[in-house]
Amino acid sequence: MNWDLVAEYAPLFLAATRVTLVVSAGGIVGALVVGLLTAVVRLWHVPVLSQLAAAYVEVSRNTPSLVQLFFLYFGLPKVGILLSQEACAIVCLTFLGGGYMAEAFRSALESVPLIQHESAQVLGLSRQQAFRVVVLPQAMAQATPALVANVIFLVKESSVVSGIALADLMYVAKDIIGQSYDTSEALFLLVVFYAIILIPISVLGTYVEGRFSHGR
Amino acid sequence: MGAEFLFQGATIQRLLAGLGVTLRISLISVALSVPLGVVMGVLFTRKNRVLRAVLRVYLDFIRVMPQLVLLFLVFFGSASSLGLNFSGEVASIIVFTAWGAAELGDLVRAALEAIPQSQYDGAFALGLTSKQTFARVILPQALRSLLPPSVNLVTRIIKTTSLCMLIGVVEVVRVGQQIIDFNRFDYPMGALWTYATLALLYFVICWPLSLLSRWLEKRSSR
Amino acid sequence: MTRPTRPQSAPAEAATSATPVLELRGIRKSFGSNVVLDGIDLAVQAGEVVVLVGPSGCGKSTLLRCAIGLEQIDGGEVLLDGSVVSGAQRDQQARTRMGMVFQSYDLFPNMTVLDNVTLAPTLVRNADKAQAEERARALLARVGLAEKADAWPNTLSGGQQQRVAICRALAMDPEVLLLDEVTAALDPEMVHEVLQVVLELADEGLTMLIVTHEMSFARAIADRVVMLDGGVVVEEGGPDFFEHPQTERARAFLRTFEFHRVGR
Repeated sequence: MNWDLVAEYAPLFLAATRVTLVVSAGGIVGALVVGLLTAVVRLWHVPVLSQLAAAYVEVSRNTPSLVQLFFLYFGLPKVGILLSQEACAIVCLTFLGGGYMAEAFRSALESVPLIQHESAQVLGLSRQQAFRVVVLPQAMAQATPALVANVIFLVKESSVVSGIALADLMYVAKDIIGQSYDTSEALFLLVVFYAIILIPISVLGTYVEGRFSHGR
Repeated sequence: MGAEFLFQGATIQRLLAGLGVTLRISLISVALSVPLGVVMGVLFTRKNRVLRAVLRVYLDFIRVMPQLVLLFLVFFGSASSLGLNFSGEVASIIVFTAWGAAELGDLVRAALEAIPQSQYDGAFALGLTSKQTFARVILPQALRSLLPPSVNLVTRIIKTTSLCMLIGVVEVVRVGQQIIDFNRFDYPMGALWTYATLALLYFVICWPLSLLSRWLEKRSSR
Repeated sequence: MTRPTRPQSAPAEAATSATPVLELRGIRKSFGSNVVLDGIDLAVQAGEVVVLVGPSGCGKSTLLRCAIGLEQIDGGEVLLDGSVVSGAQRDQQARTRMGMVFQSYDLFPNMTVLDNVTLAPTLVRNADKAQAEERARALLARVGLAEKADAWPNTLSGGQQQRVAICRALAMDPEVLLLDEVTAALDPEMVHEVLQVVLELADEGLTMLIVTHEMSFARAIADRVVMLDGGVVVEEGGPDFFEHPQTERARAFLRTFEFHRVGR
């Protein structure tokens, strides 16, 4: 390992970290919104939308993220939908993550006992009121560990965006290996930078899981 | 529509051959990670501190790193630092075996730990030996809760093998790209249809497994 | 547990003169092919405490759930102060004029005790927050839980949780309170503290329709006992139901609460 090279390449990885974080954050926010909407539509059995939501969840969870990404980036322009690399990456993570988040929300929403709905009902709360003040807060607490796991999953999955030449951590490592054969240094920095991003989230996840597993 | 090329010449056969490579990598990795994962999970429940710490580090590293990083580490790293030259496919099998074993090991650990002490106590009170207790009481129960997430793990491995193309393995996605390149001028819509077909191929394999996992889950929770 | 002060004649007089607070007419309810309620008539007068008894699965709880509108009824009607509130007339407003407490664990775990009690008044009745809290604290004090106002439900014992649940229902000033086996899930030592509260409410004149398995409590609190079996009213009577059941089915039911050693 040549430490001078490590020091030389480090700034490249720092810049790439920004790309990885921006793409991941965009995808995570998108996935949370899409996931919650999908879960609510399914929970309330909204006609047509509920079936579409179920189909979406299956497709997003049962196809590889790389194929989803290539379809968005190389396939959709053929029908006139042209997205930038960043937009493609974020849409891809949103599509992929939305399915996973939806399942996390849905199982949490379904885990709220029937008696909670009924208690709200006999107190005279409307369905919307009951959902907002009683069901959703309980479901959120229940869903948090799974949501954090999905966040980690999405940050990891963001590495596929190197496949459409977006200059994230993965891409920079590949570039250095391809151009200068400084493989050890590039791989070392790759692991270190992913560790710096992912270990804190992972530790947070373990903490959150511990917090929510008791207490009710 | 512009999708005729999919049904011309040997396109379908080529895709299916690519799918064969995908499944070969997946199935070999699954087959290897099952025994490794079970051993790892059982070792995890042992009291030995050092052993557990080593396993913990291994497991956390494998699970926290993106699979693509692991592929790069084995494919490029083994050559540069160990002087070993793995083919892309061998590197892929190593990575997916290591990953599968880590995930499965954690599942086995969780399944074993979830069995209440009262089950051990009950078996003890009946006079069963510890071997009998494990084989007849603990293992069957652990297996029930283990099966649904394990089937899920298989679908995750199959989907993730698509990353192998990024280290040069000619699996189904790479074959798809070759088909798109080959038909680039005659069928400009090729990319759209080919990637849709690829998604469909994966879906046809992964969806039944997801349904199976869910069915097993429902059955075991009863 | 006794209620010496309660005049036994009052409800009887009321029954002939006034409109019942809650009246169930010919209630029918089936789940699939299983007929649970097969035409139940029941009236609860103002200030009256009616206790529903009967073997498990006889439809007691279902009847309460039908009364408050948690279950759609297949036939008959529910009247509140003489006006129909079931079927097409089923609405939010009517529901809030009845209160209900369930077996257990129906407090909202994501809110403090005080918020549980003030939630419906502020949200459904648009009550002033401060006033609702004042009232909630008074109710909690009445059931001996003044100091638990800011506690979380999961830190309370089962008995305390049920007393809070009663406060939460009372905060809406229900005209009639429905209690569905409120002690069934409690440890024996907590049953008494909850039933004592219910007994005090009865003495204060609260109208209640109660499903319970606690026979000594039923005997102490009931102005009238109604026994259901097989989806119909088998017997109806005063508190002397327990001493002098009229029908064979009631006698058989009451015998299940006794123990005999074989060979004695």
